[in-house]
Amino acid sequence: MESTWRRAGLVLCLAAGSAAAQPAPDTQSLRRELDAMRAEYEQRIRALEERLRAAEQAAQSQQAPAQSQQAAPGAVVVPAVPAAVAVPAVPAPSPTPTARASPPPLLEASLILSGQYTHTSRDPADYRIRGFPLPPTAEIGPGTRGFSLAESELGLTANIDPWFRGFAAIAFTPDNQVSVEEAYVQTTSLGQGLTLKAGRFFSSVGYLNAQHAHTWDFVDAPLAYQAMLGRQFGDDGVQLAWLAPTDQFFEIRAELGRGRSFPGTDTNRNGAGMAAVSAHSGGDIGDSHSWRAGLSFLRARADNQDLAAFDSVGNPITNAFTGNTRVWVADAVWKWAPNGNPSRQNFKLQAEYLYSTRDGSVVVDTTGLASPGNFRASQSGWYLQGLYQFMPRWRVGLRTERLNPGVPDYGANAGLVGLDSGNPTKQTLMLDWSPSEFSRWRLQAAQDRARPGDPDWQWTVQYQMSLGAHGAHSY
Amino acid sequence: MKQLLAAAVAALALAAAPAHAALKVLACEPEWGALAQELGGSLVDVSVATTSLQDPHQIQARPSLIARTRNADLVVCTGAELEAGWLPVLLQQSGNDRVQPGRAGNFAAADYVRKLEIPASLDRSQGDVHAAGNPHIQTDPRNIAAVATALATRLQQVDTAHAAQYGERAAAFQQKWQQAIARWNAQAVPLRGLPVASQHKGYVYLYDWLGMKEVVVLEPKPGVEPSAAHLQGVLAALKATPARMVLYSAYQDPRPSEWLGKNAGIPVVKIPFTVGGSDAAKDLFGLFDDTLARLLAAAGGK
Repeated sequence: MESTWRRAGLVLCLAAGSAAAQPAPDTQSLRRELDAMRAEYEQRIRALEERLRAAEQAAQSQQAPAQSQQAAPGAVVVPAVPAAVAVPAVPAPSPTPTARASPPPLLEASLILSGQYTHTSRDPADYRIRGFPLPPTAEIGPGTRGFSLAESELGLTANIDPWFRGFAAIAFTPDNQVSVEEAYVQTTSLGQGLTLKAGRFFSSVGYLNAQHAHTWDFVDAPLAYQAMLGRQFGDDGVQLAWLAPTDQFFEIRAELGRGRSFPGTDTNRNGAGMAAVSAHSGGDIGDSHSWRAGLSFLRARADNQDLAAFDSVGNPITNAFTGNTRVWVADAVWKWAPNGNPSRQNFKLQAEYLYSTRDGSVVVDTTGLASPGNFRASQSGWYLQGLYQFMPRWRVGLRTERLNPGVPDYGANAGLVGLDSGNPTKQTLMLDWSPSEFSRWRLQAAQDRARPGDPDWQWTVQYQMSLGAHGAHSY
Repeated sequence: MKQLLAAAVAALALAAAPAHAALKVLACEPEWGALAQELGGSLVDVSVATTSLQDPHQIQARPSLIARTRNADLVVCTGAELEAGWLPVLLQQSGNDRVQPGRAGNFAAADYVRKLEIPASLDRSQGDVHAAGNPHIQTDPRNIAAVATALATRLQQVDTAHAAQYGERAAAFQQKWQQAIARWNAQAVPLRGLPVASQHKGYVYLYDWLGMKEVVVLEPKPGVEPSAAHLQGVLAALKATPARMVLYSAYQDPRPSEWLGKNAGIPVVKIPFTVGGSDAAKDLFGLFDDTLARLLAAAGGK
């Protein structure tokens, strides 16, 4: 039918064109011809419409359910319904010519390649965050000095069937280990704003936690994340998300998990070692501003969790903590882009506050004294960061952060454990250049006062490249 | 007492009646929002995810957009990977099963037109190329007509109760649209064969329709901002094969085109690119009226 219209259009066009060029009498006869043609067409169209409508009404009852299933993803959809119902047509409508490149692959793969050069003024081997006893294996601090491969990550994603979608992120660490960062299946068809996720995934608490490291605006996670969430909290479990049916964005996510990683520990038990809930809201303010803010709560259980500490005279010891950790996170992000177009200039302000309590018992110096007793601690920390893209491809960022270790209560063991004084702080300045949305080079300088004594000056040059499928990033 | 009873009955009737049960349509780009409005009239409640001043490649999956996707009955987008950086997140986080890919509530306009510039090979060293072909299909009114046919069918499918009304509105729109195309075809005769420069590879369908010739593109690779050195190269290339004007879109930084226009001595044409991209481009008709008016003014002025 399109070609018919094109023909009709051409006739009209030619007519209009020649009409303009011809003297008046010819114009009149042409116009009469045209009017006759138009009238004839309209009559035929109306007759056809009537016939089609009748046919469609008869066919509709059995066709309707079939149609809703008909459009396969990415398929060439030539409407099976008499499209002519919508459009006046003459018989023998030609199907829409649809040229298509090779269909999208069933499994989309992306590979993130990242590497860095690090220069620090103090030895990263004895890095610690004072006042925050952490497992000896905790991923904290600037990593290794010199050249190193940063975490490279393979991402695989696809719809599994009409009901499920799957995603896996496999990380290759610099020391030749492979770890499963995330591997989960997710429903796509529950409706009612509900999505259920099962498998291994990053928790939705806070703002930064659920984001993969290559999307962070700085090389490393904030100190508060390192000290209270084990850098980034991921677990094996289930998550139910519900998005409210309101114009304002309001979402609740509830999680149950194994409690596999810090602040929990992996143990042999039935039931859940971790429970978390987060609520987020957000929206736009005009065309240029948008925001999101939320409150989250995480509870994880630890059994005999090794914690690096030191005794009252400063010798390193290992304690073992058993008990519950509760972490509250308040997060907020505000973004500005002129007219909502971030490609030239944009600004992002982001802050999170974490408050953590640990409650249970601790065995002080497991290899020596092995002295059990009660333990309580309340700790907090925050960071505030601003990112400004001042011209295409170039961004500059500043992050300031501070932790408050509080005064832990070791109960009967009070005299056996050494306590740090002072609050860890860190200031970070970052400049990055992204030749395209798939590649980024970054220079970062930080003054880190997490350890007692002189500040640690940390310099990092980093690249991050994304190969393969176009990854969509969350807000 | 009687009055009170009447009021109660009225209130009950009001509560029982479906509270404005318009079909909720979320359009990714303003042109599809405008088209859905033309085809749906008061039967649809259209919301548009982007404005004419935004680059549809570069949108973020903002909370407000996730909320709107949650409540949509029909999501109308260009497809062809144009929204690859943000639409998948909206769909995944919406918890809305009706608009997932493959469902009736998910409509990709590019599936219904003949696409141009489908790359023979896919290699990112060529820039941000789209495997499915150039996605900027809305600059050819013949594509709008083809999409209108498909979209009307889809509206009938999603909102079967009003199928007849969509049919009537679509027929009326097509008639007006074909008349407009005929008018535009006649107006555009002077543009045929005109050599032009473009800032982004965004007008291949416009050129295909009007028979214009793109002799040079300012972006060194699709989606990559031209550098000063690259612009010098473009200027040198124009010495050999001159262009009559340089085109850029409303959402783009005008500076590269303005620089070239000044140094090559050719008119710079700001293309509205989509509905709302200029004061005159208030709807789809205005979009093409204004696009042609601007092109003709530039072609005639030289």
